[in-house]
Parts: sequence; C-alpha cells; structure tokens
Amino acid sequence: MIDRSWIGQELPAVSMTLERGRLRFFAKAIGETDPVYTDVEAAKRAGYADLPAPPTFLFGAELDGGILDRLLADLKVPIAKILHGEQGFTYYRPACAGETITVQSRIADIFDKKNGALEFIVKTSEARNAAGERVAELRSVIVVRN
Amino acid sequence: MTTTKKSSVSVGDALPELKLPPIDRATLALFAGASGDHNPIHIDLDFARRAGMNDVFAHGMLGMAWVGRLVTAWQPQSKLRRFDVRFGAITHLGNAPVLNGKVLEVLEQDGETRARVQIEMRNHYGESKIQGEALVALD
Repeated sequence: MIDRSWIGQELPAVSMTLERGRLRFFAKAIGETDPVYTDVEAAKRAGYADLPAPPTFLFGAELDGGILDRLLADLKVPIAKILHGEQGFTYYRPACAGETITVQSRIADIFDKKNGALEFIVKTSEARNAAGERVAELRSVIVVRN
Repeated sequence: MTTTKKSSVSVGDALPELKLPPIDRATLALFAGASGDHNPIHIDLDFARRAGMNDVFAHGMLGMAWVGRLVTAWQPQSKLRRFDVRFGAITHLGNAPVLNGKVLEVLEQDGETRARVQIEMRNHYGESKIQGEALVALD
C-alpha cells in the first residue's frame, strides 16, 4: 500500500520551453493535419502568437522534467504497474511556441478499491506562463495494479 | 441555465466523426518521443510481457490527443475551456479508433455561451475505450 502521508505533498515545479520542432513532432505523432499546428503563418492567421500547443501537450511537461519518475520512485510504485485512469484539463489561455510554461503539482489524494488490489493516485497541477498567468489546470488519476 | 439562441450549435448536434487507421507500433514509438511518455510498456514488447501484458498497447494520452483532434476539428482550440476523459479500457495494437461527439447542453457560464459535449473513442469493434466531456465556448 502506498503511504497515505504523501497526500498533500507538493512536487517540484518544472519548466518547459515550447519549441516549434517539438510541437510539429507531436502533431505528426497524433496525425494532426490542421496547419494551425504546424504552419506558423496559419497559426497567426487563426489568432495565435505562434504554433499553439495542442490540448493535451502540456501533460508531457512533467514527464520531460522527470517528475513522474521521481514521484513513482518516492511512492515505491513500479512503472510497469501503472495505468492512466482519468485525465482532465481546464484552459485559461493558449500556450504557444516560444513560451516557457511552468507546471507545479501536488498529490491531491490516494485511495484504494477492491481491498487494495487497485490504488489510485490523484495529482493536480497548475501550468503558468513566464508572466505568471495561469494557462491551464491539469488533473490526473493514476491507477496502480497491485 | 440553458439557452437555445445566440449560436448555430444545438443540443443533439453531432461532431464530424473521426476515423483513424489501425494503431501500429511505429505510431506508439513516435508518440512516446513526441509526448515525453517513455514508459516502456508502450514500446518494448519484452517489458510489456514481463509486466503481464500480451503486447504493448496505446498510451492513454495518445487516445486523448485524438479526442482533442475531434474537438478542435469542430471548434478552434482557443474556444476549448475544459476537457476531461476517463480511460475505460486499454486500446490495443490493430484497433482502428472511431471518435464521436455530441452536444449535450448549451449553457451560459462565466459570461459566455458554451456547449457541453460528450465525447467517446471506440475501436472498430465498437468497444468503448475513452469516454469524456469537453466544454467549448460558442461566442
């Protein structure tokens, strides 16, 4: 069982600078063909400052920063046992190429079902731009198959 | 509060369906690199088998990214206010995703007219894989 005293723990903040090349790579990987996501001029015509990060892209900031790996190590959860249960985003403003986004998370809850056969880690995150403006909130539920 | 005017979007409207080709290993490898999710369970067959799986399987967030495409192909991303999904079942190699959405409600919230949209990803057998909702501004 995961130590419940981790509930409320804040995780280290991580910053990610959004790069055009990475955003184009992401667009290719998900089969996105809307030029808004790959062509800077199309993005600007659509009202964005530069290529916008697609709706789910910021989930990767903490993966890039090694935060999830460290969290699993701290909680003594092997990566082979986790599944993604739920994911949510609330959006406040777009995040575009050239911006540096800082993501800060906390462990909102840990609970179990089926007499501990499944444990659930709820993580909530705030993403802010360099001006400190809130870009998005994220909520993740990680399922641990014990 | 529900309203029926101010927008051409109505309750019951369907989003244009998005049908994708069968999922292959190359797509999972590309998504691992592009998304930053390097969990080997999605890209290394040996690791997946040791973890008790028959094979590698799609990242949940790959499916959610596809659901995002469904929504942003319908309304621009700048209108997206909320996006929540539940990963109901593992999406396997060879599954050809079929994505659909439907407007459940048109409401006034935070000073704008928004559509609450039900979204779902199924595989080509019709098995539901991802279920969720998006909140999209219509003004």
